[in-house]
Amino acid sequence: MESRRNPRAVVDPKVRQVGFFTSSQPDSTYQPDPIASESHPVVSSISPSGNSLSPVMIPPPRHNSSDTFPLRAAAAASAVSPSSFSYSTRRDFPDGSMTASPGRVSRASFSKPSSSLPGVGMDSMAAAKSSSVPASGLTTVSVVNMPPGLSGTVTCFKVVDLVLLDSQCLVYQIAEKESDQKKNSKPLKEKTTKAERRALQEAQRAAKAAAKAEGGKAPLVSSGSVASTNVKVTKPAKPSSQKNDVAAVAAGPSEKKGGQAEKDRKKDAPHPRMQYDDESRVVKAKRRAVVKQTEAKNRVELFRHLPQYEHGTQLPDLETKFFQLDPMHPAVYKVGLQYLSGDISGGNARCIAMLQAFQEVVKDYSTPSEKTLNRDMTAKISSYVSFLIECRPLSVSMGNAIRFVKNRIAKLPITLSESEAKAALQSDIERFINEKIVMADTVIVKHAVTKIRDGDVLLTYGSPTAVEMVLLHAHELKKKFRVLVVDSRPKLEGQLLLRRLIKRGINCTYTHINAVSYIMHEVTKVFLGASSVLSNGTVYSRVGTASVAMVASAFRVPVLVCCEAYKFHERVQLDSICSNELGDPNAISKVRGREDINYLDGLTNNANLQFLNLMYDATPSDYISMIITDYGMVPPTSVPVIVREYQKEHSLV
Amino acid sequence: NYKRYLYQRVFLERLSYWAFVSAAQTLRPIKPPASHYLVFLFNSVSLSPEYSLSTSSPHRSPPSHSHRKMPDVQSMVLEFVNKLRKRKIEGSQATARCTVELLRSVISHHRVPHANQASALIDAVKAVGAQLVAANPVELAVGNVVRRVLHIIREEDLSLATAAVAGLDLLDASDDDEDVNGKGIGYPGMSAAVVAAAARSTLRPPSLQTLLEGTPESATVPYTSSSGADSESKTADKSSITRKLKHDVIEGVNQLIHEIAGCHEQIAEQAVEHIHQNEVILTLGSSRTVLEFLCAAKEKKRSFRVFVAEGAPRYQGHLLAKELVARGLQTTVITDSAVFAMISRVNMVIIGAHAVMANGGVIGPVGVNMAALAAKKHAVPFVVLAGSHKLCPLYPHNPEVLLNELRSPSELLDFGEFSDCLDFGTGSGSPLLQVVNPTFDYVPPSLVSLFITDTGGHNPSYMYRLIADYYSADDLVM
Repeated sequence: MESRRNPRAVVDPKVRQVGFFTSSQPDSTYQPDPIASESHPVVSSISPSGNSLSPVMIPPPRHNSSDTFPLRAAAAASAVSPSSFSYSTRRDFPDGSMTASPGRVSRASFSKPSSSLPGVGMDSMAAAKSSSVPASGLTTVSVVNMPPGLSGTVTCFKVVDLVLLDSQCLVYQIAEKESDQKKNSKPLKEKTTKAERRALQEAQRAAKAAAKAEGGKAPLVSSGSVASTNVKVTKPAKPSSQKNDVAAVAAGPSEKKGGQAEKDRKKDAPHPRMQYDDESRVVKAKRRAVVKQTEAKNRVELFRHLPQYEHGTQLPDLETKFFQLDPMHPAVYKVGLQYLSGDISGGNARCIAMLQAFQEVVKDYSTPSEKTLNRDMTAKISSYVSFLIECRPLSVSMGNAIRFVKNRIAKLPITLSESEAKAALQSDIERFINEKIVMADTVIVKHAVTKIRDGDVLLTYGSPTAVEMVLLHAHELKKKFRVLVVDSRPKLEGQLLLRRLIKRGINCTYTHINAVSYIMHEVTKVFLGASSVLSNGTVYSRVGTASVAMVASAFRVPVLVCCEAYKFHERVQLDSICSNELGDPNAISKVRGREDINYLDGLTNNANLQFLNLMYDATPSDYISMIITDYGMVPPTSVPVIVREYQKEHSLV
Repeated sequence: NYKRYLYQRVFLERLSYWAFVSAAQTLRPIKPPASHYLVFLFNSVSLSPEYSLSTSSPHRSPPSHSHRKMPDVQSMVLEFVNKLRKRKIEGSQATARCTVELLRSVISHHRVPHANQASALIDAVKAVGAQLVAANPVELAVGNVVRRVLHIIREEDLSLATAAVAGLDLLDASDDDEDVNGKGIGYPGMSAAVVAAAARSTLRPPSLQTLLEGTPESATVPYTSSSGADSESKTADKSSITRKLKHDVIEGVNQLIHEIAGCHEQIAEQAVEHIHQNEVILTLGSSRTVLEFLCAAKEKKRSFRVFVAEGAPRYQGHLLAKELVARGLQTTVITDSAVFAMISRVNMVIIGAHAVMANGGVIGPVGVNMAALAAKKHAVPFVVLAGSHKLCPLYPHNPEVLLNELRSPSELLDFGEFSDCLDFGTGSGSPLLQVVNPTFDYVPPSLVSLFITDTGGHNPSYMYRLIADYYSADDLVM
């Protein structure tokens, strides 16, 4: 098997010879590097991925083109019509058990992030035009024009490139195809059985998912997603000798595939959130749950779709369980309880805590017999994540981090020993924390500080960590400014920020959110934090942020949002109702520190009275003047671009 | 710690006073025609010399010579002034009612001289009113009610005079002339008739009614008791007029009390016209008017739900929610920060005003401006309920600062926790931490969709006209 893959080493140089691809290099990073998942011979042998290698990469030497040929021939014979460059690259996924994306490539591209910035899209578009590829509309399947059956010769073929997501979704399908093929070509290799089994599994799962999706609201969803993937760019692929035997894509099947792929993509795209008004699913979820949440008695009708639980009741129970959990890792359990009790809050803090817990998990992990590290650990992480969700719904930042971790696990080369794999994972997670959170914050601070001038009166709301760092740094730079800290019930996070700022000697004014329009006269700039920035430019943040931004824009005060790029998300949202998080309703009826406010005591069980403790709200992009991220300072309209670029990079990292 | 708070309060009082003065100054130009102005002069001089200075000195003492009040009235006034100053009375309705009751007793205890009885009354009321306004300048209802009472006095005086004219012959006109000249006003060429006609036109706002009435009245020779009474022979007829004026005024004031007390019902009656089935209504602050309004709709079998913003730091929303729940309305309490998030699902925002300014701007509980902006953004109607005692004839200047009041920081921060940062009174340098806790918020007229008063619904742009019906132009500056 190993020998099969060797050809790539030969092919790679050819790939790089294609001149008009300068811009496409980052693009190429989309395509999962087959080498990363070399584990499975059958599949990987097909993958031509050579083009995705950047010069910086260490080309894996083990591939041999000649070996791939038979399989290819088999594939061609089996008349799997739609095959494409990207398609074929994905064939290795089944062994990777997830979308393969090459870590090495990513690193290379990460080292020069500029190349992956917006320009790329344009370039590749242009390239696509020049190459006059028949763009296959919305379908994400790549088109390969290639004479089948040529072996050893370099053929030029054009590929409609896929957006990362699409490509990932394709995996399953491909796996399906693959498994078919393998059935045919099985005699060729005996050793592949395990991989095949896995592939088969994947395929079945994919098929199931597809069927399910079709049954439900699939049509809508898929069409929506198609429309939303405006980022698709056609791009000519590089010539590669490995492809020679691949049959040209038949238009019909490819289209069908495309549709299916869209549906499959849902699997990889953020899951549609659990809707808590869907009884059957809730019941199902409850059966699995570790945390036994009790439903709040007076639920707010408008928010039936969100979990509305009693708060503060489960903690003692869970604490007693601490020593009796076998499936749960104590580090994860601890973090979960900290989320539950609110000891850890804030997007960054929660994300870092979770990642560190995962590091612990990885450290203590040992693969059970008869299981593979990749799959087992992915399952484990998934179960931990669902526990964390029970404790508190995930933030977008955490979702992105989990995606990253799973991605990394999936792409661990099987050749690595367990300890190596664990070390690699741990360092990957460490790197994520450092690069995406810590470094990103320092970059944001560096950018944001340039916007603070002497004599400024800055307003901030709540207790955003990034903004706090900005303020402290500006103070260190001896800038003279005043800070207005606006706070709101019930969390009163602003008081903590206030305390920290005062300790550093920054001149502060404290007020509550109702008084915002009173003090907005004197404000020169508003700095806000964000829990997440959605791709329509909406800033999803601590509840009240929208009000502050609105008042600021009514007073013509610029609103600057500081947010790390790893919190960006391709989801869109128009209001704060459809997806949100509900806090403890009792926090509203009881006013901390004000015993004289007791009007609502004893009314909490009244059927006519509900308490709504929203945690987040969505700030429309028109209130926001600028978003400061680690990629620089961008207007909210540029968010989708960053989301796109980030995901590209993310898939590689 | 408290020192600081007191300072802030004192400062605020100053500010608000400036607001009054500046508002008054901006009003001056509006006060026009020469005849008006003459009468204004005439009036003020004929009253007490001190009064003409009143606009420039805030803490003038009440003109003692015209006050022969019973001591208990004086003490009542002082007591009420103290209450106002200490903010013991809150809510414009309660304040208005107390004010008008106090004024009623001031009037009833005031010994009216034979001469110039109306102006003497006006004088007395103004003197008390000025004290009250100075005691709590941001409680605009006080000023409104004082002006209303003044208006009543002028109206009654006028109607008495016109009634008297019918019974008196024209011979008195010459007496009037002498009288006016004797007072040294120095308008020999001007007959009392002209002066009185001019006076009436100032006393009465230019409403349609006055226009129609005015023509026949001015044809006859008017006879104002203020100028004519003293020269009149002392007849039994005379003293009955005097008593009648006071009686009528008190009657009118009683009506005003009744009106203030009943404004809720008047407003609530209109609820069904504005609230439909399954409506979602957002409100904030605790306003009795809003409560009655919602309950009236509820009684008419409309089912709807109410979102109540809790209104930190006073949490009056909790109070309102409690009342609403007690009356069986579906109520959801939300945090103030969630107003923007929820407004997209709200059909109407209904708030009770603290005061309505002549330009249609609203002063309401803090946080109202935010809600109004959010409502505007989402095209949600923003409805303001206001009893007539809340209609203020002044035009605001920078009202969010000048017609505001800062409350104690202790409502926001725990003094114990932050005392190290808060109190720098003993140390050197300025404090690092300041706490802002305003009471009111100003909503510009452009954000208001509708005013519902006891006389019906009105546009913000119409408020100035509505307000003109209630007040005399002379009393705008107190």
